[in-house]
Amino acid sequence: MNKAGERLYNGLVKENPTFVLMLGMCPTLAVTTSAMNGLGMGLTTMVVLALSNLIISLLRNMIPNRVRIPAFIVIIASFVTAVQLLLEAYIPSLNKSLGVYIPLIVVNCIILGRAESYAYSNPPVPSLFDGIGMGLGFTFALTCIGAVRELIGAGELFGFALMPDSFEPVRIFGQAPGAFFVLAALVALQNYIKNVRKKKGKSYEKIGSGCTEDCVNCGDVSCKKRFYDADAVDKGGQAIKSPSEKKSGKGGQATESSPEKKSGKVNQEQESAAEERGEKSAADNMQEQDRKGSMKNESPREAGHVAEKTQATEKEER
Amino acid sequence: MENVKELLLILIGSSLVSNVVLSQFLGLCPFLGVSKKTNTAAGMGTAVIFVITLASAVAGVIYKYVLQRFHVEYLRTIVFILVIAALVQFVEMFLRKAMPALYEALGVYLPLITTNCAVLGVAITNVQKEYGILTGIVNGFATAVGFTIAIVILAGIREKLEYNDIPESFRGMPLVLLTAGLMAIAFCGFSGLL
Repeated sequence: MNKAGERLYNGLVKENPTFVLMLGMCPTLAVTTSAMNGLGMGLTTMVVLALSNLIISLLRNMIPNRVRIPAFIVIIASFVTAVQLLLEAYIPSLNKSLGVYIPLIVVNCIILGRAESYAYSNPPVPSLFDGIGMGLGFTFALTCIGAVRELIGAGELFGFALMPDSFEPVRIFGQAPGAFFVLAALVALQNYIKNVRKKKGKSYEKIGSGCTEDCVNCGDVSCKKRFYDADAVDKGGQAIKSPSEKKSGKGGQATESSPEKKSGKVNQEQESAAEERGEKSAADNMQEQDRKGSMKNESPREAGHVAEKTQATEKEER
Repeated sequence: MENVKELLLILIGSSLVSNVVLSQFLGLCPFLGVSKKTNTAAGMGTAVIFVITLASAVAGVIYKYVLQRFHVEYLRTIVFILVIAALVQFVEMFLRKAMPALYEALGVYLPLITTNCAVLGVAITNVQKEYGILTGIVNGFATAVGFTIAIVILAGIREKLEYNDIPESFRGMPLVLLTAGLMAIAFCGFSGLL
């Protein structure tokens, strides 16, 4: 039970996906026009995150390492579809206001990130609570941002008028540009805290380590939104080293030991990969990609990181 | 004629009025990350146009002839994301073999786009708005053009901002976000077009 509490605290405060890690920014900006929308989106994401974490953790010994990303995506997409149908049936108003962003939960990097960095290498109960904790942290952050935007943009909170009549709502905060301004203020605050901590000699690496421009040094190898900066490409092979090094620090002991464990597992379970699912083409694809990577890379140590290796291959060829 | 008019409206609407990044917040990560220089931004934009147009065509065909035919429309999220991921891989392999020159130009950006939420977003929007295959392709193309316009403009502004004296906390991402916010206000002006 202690473990569960620790995971909840971790998700809500220590590694809050929005305020600390800056992950999943697309939905954060798009749906926080009001506190209610933020709350709805956060809870929807939390349900998907907790359930997909639980299932991935239960299946972690069955999913071959090479096809794990497609497998995660299928599991996550299934839950998103289920949640979307439930929302359509029972809370149509929320479904309407969130619109296209519900199916897009699939590509939210928080979910795939947690699947990869926690659920795939930890037992079910902590994984479930990790999902709930991260989801609560996300919900809390979205609700806060939504509340600020609603308060400034419309003078209301959860639909109740709060501001005096003399307050003139700044409509722009409820619209698209306001989202950028609020996020800019948030990141500036993070930078400020980071600078202060740097001066005091405290740790600051985690702050803003998610989907900011710093993707080359991003600790989250699995983040699906990983992109290359032109400068990073120029640096060649060096650049990719840093994520893997950083990752072991970030994910804790659990992930540190996992690459070896997984690579041993791969060979036995490779056969079962082919017959397992309907998304064969994508799976084969990934396998081929990985094989390609391992031929060129010749570092068996890193059997774990499919995405990374393909990227490495790309770079070496250039 | 009616058809052409509708397509033109979609073309303008998706590229300028409801710009994919500045009003829908899709594809935000490459928008913020690959916009340091105008030429890389243009490269990314071209790759996005290529992939989104192709993906909306393939997703449209699959939706119409497979999902609708067998009445499993609810599987669209799962099917689309797998199809897009596979498609990008195939495009990459095909380009490497068949058109090395184009691959040189776009290759870096292709893996980044695999799960760019704009690609999936366009495919799903096409379905939700019940566009036909051709309309869907036009919508995808227009959306991607909108992305390219936005990212190239942002890159241009960022090149100018590089040498300014900026408060310490606002250096880097916050300034880019403020710029994007101002651009979003400018793009609000297009809403009178339609």
